Amino acid sequence: MKPDDFAFFTKYIYDQSGIVLGADKMYLIESRLAPVARKFNLATIDLLVAQLRGPRDANLQREVVDAMTTNESFFFRDGKPFDQFKSLVLPQLLANRAAKKTFRIWCAAASTGQEPYTIAMILKEAATQLIGWRYEIVGTDLSSEALDRARNGVYTQFEVQRGLPIQLLVKYFKQQGDKWQIAPEIRAMVQYKNYNLLHDFGALGGFDVVFCRNVLIYFDQKTKGNILERIAKLMPPDGLLYLGGAETVLGVTEKFQPMPNQRGIYQLTPGK
Amino acid sequence: MKTFLVVDDSRVIRNVARRILEALSFKVEEAADGQQALDACKRAMPDAILLDWNMPVMDGISFLRALRASPGGDAPIVLFCTTETELVKIQTAIEAGANEYIMKPFDSEIVESKLSQVGLL
Repeated sequence: MKPDDFAFFTKYIYDQSGIVLGADKMYLIESRLAPVARKFNLATIDLLVAQLRGPRDANLQREVVDAMTTNESFFFRDGKPFDQFKSLVLPQLLANRAAKKTFRIWCAAASTGQEPYTIAMILKEAATQLIGWRYEIVGTDLSSEALDRARNGVYTQFEVQRGLPIQLLVKYFKQQGDKWQIAPEIRAMVQYKNYNLLHDFGALGGFDVVFCRNVLIYFDQKTKGNILERIAKLMPPDGLLYLGGAETVLGVTEKFQPMPNQRGIYQLTPGK
Repeated sequence: MKTFLVVDDSRVIRNVARRILEALSFKVEEAADGQQALDACKRAMPDAILLDWNMPVMDGISFLRALRASPGGDAPIVLFCTTETELVKIQTAIEAGANEYIMKPFDSEIVESKLSQVGLL
């Protein structure tokens, strides 16, 4: 990619998604754009960029943004956050919301659905404790293509083997040839919506727990702070935020503080 | 150092599994069928077993049932690793006492993920 095209393209992606692509991402950009160029019958990536510079083509724009922003995901990613959810967060929710018997969970970068479905399976496994409760899991993502995959809930043999215990595969998935589809009752537990974290997401309503893992790393500091501050506004005082293992709120916002002894979980800072 | 018994009639698969498991600091023993595996377990019970399904002499599921019925045979963590990917086969393996199940083809990432799930990593 020519330097001028690279500059145009990185600004274009930043404007569309807030994602910062440094010069070290050239390989990533080219490898992800190549299939899009083929799909649109464009012989080279240079021609694809030229097309993006030209009159607006909504389909091409969407595919390019999808290609650059869809990130791999897997069931029970990193393990520990979901152990914490089972042993700490869920019991705390059940105790604190015992009067209203309702709670809402948001996966802010739902991608192809593995994270929201992981939470849905955990809640299904805890069904006896949740009799009489109303709860919602909302999954949002910038990529409409990823969300289509999430809604279908069909995964490859490779995808269902990373992180997912075999007992849960047997219990909640149906085999379709060499693919596996998650059960309708688990799919029905998650609502998917196409949202860009740069834009106002207030219409999603309030959330008791927000999973925003491994997505902020792609944004610059100012954008990270802005997103976290808007997430804070959607939470009650005892709301909890999950970030990825390599992410932090320190130096980004004072709205959240780490939960003591619980790596990856953040709570609202009183008085902020 | 924890011991892993790799049971597969394919030398290639045993070598691939050995490389992955040794890189994760396991001591690896090998067996080419279920009977050899049973003999190895009688000599010294391993901490974990990576087990193929289709093998000559004694297949994986027969080995697993015999192992679980033998003294001390409930201790090893058993991970099937097989081209048998049908749901009914997976259910059969779980009922026979398998702790996890890897569908071939596999790579080191899948093996590591499964070992974490069963608490070996």
